[in-house]
Amino acid sequence: MTASISGSVEVRGLTKHFATGNGLRPGRSRLHAVDDVTFTLRPGTVTALVGESGSGKSTVARMLARLYAPTSGRIYFKDEDVTDVKRRRDVLRYRSQVQMIFQDPFGSLNPVKTIHHHLARPLKIHNLVERSQIDERIGELLTTVGLVPPERYVDKYPYELSGGQRQRVAIARALAVEPTVLVADEPTSMLDVSIRVGILNLILDLKEREQLAFLYVTHDLGSARYIADYMLVMYAGQIVEQGPIDRVLQSPLHPYTQLLIDSVPDPAAVVHERIDVRKGVASAAVDPPEGCRFADRCPLRIGVCTQVTPELVLTEDGHSARCHVTAPSHAIREEIREPVH
Amino acid sequence: MTVVEPTVIPGAQTEARETLVEVRDLRVAYGDVVAVDGVNLSIAAGEILGLAGESGCGKTTIANTVMQVLRPPAEIVGGSILFRGDDLVGRKPEELRKYRWRNVSMVFQSAMNALNPVMRVGDQFVDMMRAHEHISKDDALARAGELLDLVGIDRRRTRAYAHELSGGMRQRVIIAMALALNPELVIMDEPTTALDVVVQREILQQIKDLQEQLGFAVLFITHDLSLLFEVAHRIAIMYAGEVVEEAPAAELRNAPRHPYTSGLVSSFPPLRGPIERMTGIPGSPPDLASPPAGCRFHPRCPNCVPEESELHRLQTTVRPVLRNVGPSHRVACHLVEQQR
Repeated sequence: MTASISGSVEVRGLTKHFATGNGLRPGRSRLHAVDDVTFTLRPGTVTALVGESGSGKSTVARMLARLYAPTSGRIYFKDEDVTDVKRRRDVLRYRSQVQMIFQDPFGSLNPVKTIHHHLARPLKIHNLVERSQIDERIGELLTTVGLVPPERYVDKYPYELSGGQRQRVAIARALAVEPTVLVADEPTSMLDVSIRVGILNLILDLKEREQLAFLYVTHDLGSARYIADYMLVMYAGQIVEQGPIDRVLQSPLHPYTQLLIDSVPDPAAVVHERIDVRKGVASAAVDPPEGCRFADRCPLRIGVCTQVTPELVLTEDGHSARCHVTAPSHAIREEIREPVH
Repeated sequence: MTVVEPTVIPGAQTEARETLVEVRDLRVAYGDVVAVDGVNLSIAAGEILGLAGESGCGKTTIANTVMQVLRPPAEIVGGSILFRGDDLVGRKPEELRKYRWRNVSMVFQSAMNALNPVMRVGDQFVDMMRAHEHISKDDALARAGELLDLVGIDRRRTRAYAHELSGGMRQRVIIAMALALNPELVIMDEPTTALDVVVQREILQQIKDLQEQLGFAVLFITHDLSLLFEVAHRIAIMYAGEVVEEAPAAELRNAPRHPYTSGLVSSFPPLRGPIERMTGIPGSPPDLASPPAGCRFHPRCPNCVPEESELHRLQTTVRPVLRNVGPSHRVACHLVEQQR
């Protein structure tokens, strides 16, 4: 990982609860979409955030992009607390530093506006370049994302471009404001396989060339391994494992991470072992009781798992997991040794 | 495409199997756009044939054609689809209605939304079965329960509504429904695309188990080649309306011959082993309203260079034909042909 003492973005204890029910009949329960999430994004690194749908990964991304306000927890940008900034100028400043790329390049571009319009707009709003230099800057941006020659693309409309080209435009638009952090929520999942690699390579290039910090939200472990340095695994709103990506993938600690890894179709595997997992889906964490949220699907479950919520325990080399069995905290270790009757 | 060399169809077992469905020189057009252009495919009884390709390559059109649910403006403009030797093209609607679901059933793309939200799951089984068979409501409900059992869902869930089921369970219900009349072929069009990896793995395992247990044939359509290496016996790769390569799954994975197949195979970042910079496939698929002359892949092909003048002329002017390069391996590529 690139050495950098302070990160670009740091989140501490980030939490988002939603009220259940709907506007007409509000429920009393709280959905714990994100619970106590802490991590740091560093320049020149890609941090992958993986988990199944409903695990809270997109909610984390949206809080970082200030599309949701956190219930509690803090977000720091370059050591400055930006959780509660409200003034338009401050919000704009944050947004110009932390940009988001969405999953759907078909829905995130305005169908009746040209590519030029999409890229000129952020430049004007954030007052980044002289009006006379806008065209030149747009040319640079298109070149950066590999849409060359730029003249061929500036006057086109989104429907005239392929999915991969549209996603490149979305990335160029995010880059227009010269951000230091990019939050990419499943940026390749709607693209064809042969196009996907191009976008992943572009992210790799941007990370190295521009020293950007990426949060790469995905459910695709293969692509995460390809571009990321660090990995966070979320389950039911909590980070259950985190660490340098090769450590996590080679020697996963949490049984959920193991399950994810085993589930990936792996063309290289000769024979596929059947995975023995108690069927079930991630229970949405509505008013979660004390205990591990993965316990009812877990092959390693022991008594304490349903009684005490495991903490994220640091094991070695920055690798940590939330599991009483594979990464027991000191207190739990004592308790298991001498069970209380 | 005119040359059809005989193919030996390897299934899970080695004995020769009878051909269930044969698609011959099929051409399907949407107005002026020919989405499927001269496709030959055969599916043997009891085999899982994987059909892979990118969006717009014509794979779903083939599924709809075999199922005989093409809707205007799509139209079969050439070729035939033989089911146990009988051509389906030009059959009466009533005959086709009987053919569908009894002989061939289909699990549609986004099947998760295919269930009626205001009807209990069991009643949807009953409706479907009574449309095709003389069966009492009670018997149909009992059969629905058995089918749910078969796919690992509690039979009492016949009383559930779709919204009470998770995505994976809904997909299982749809698969159970496709199996209700013991069809000989089940077409699955992206059956796991909207699902999470863990659920996807469960569904794939389920499909394999059911197929082994009941022996139906499967046409498994997906854009995700890595899935096919796990479930399919044989794989056909489509590009821009044509089949460009066809081989047993392991052979296609280990020794792909068409440059498009090689590109696809190497577009999946591995979970283990060394990480190398991937190149993907440059460019994007052609507009089928005006496909490139010659080999449709030539504008993106790494082996198409002007220096090789004779080869280059062929690549840019003559459409390559699927030819055998092994006992059951067929490729449509000028370079491969030159090397024979």
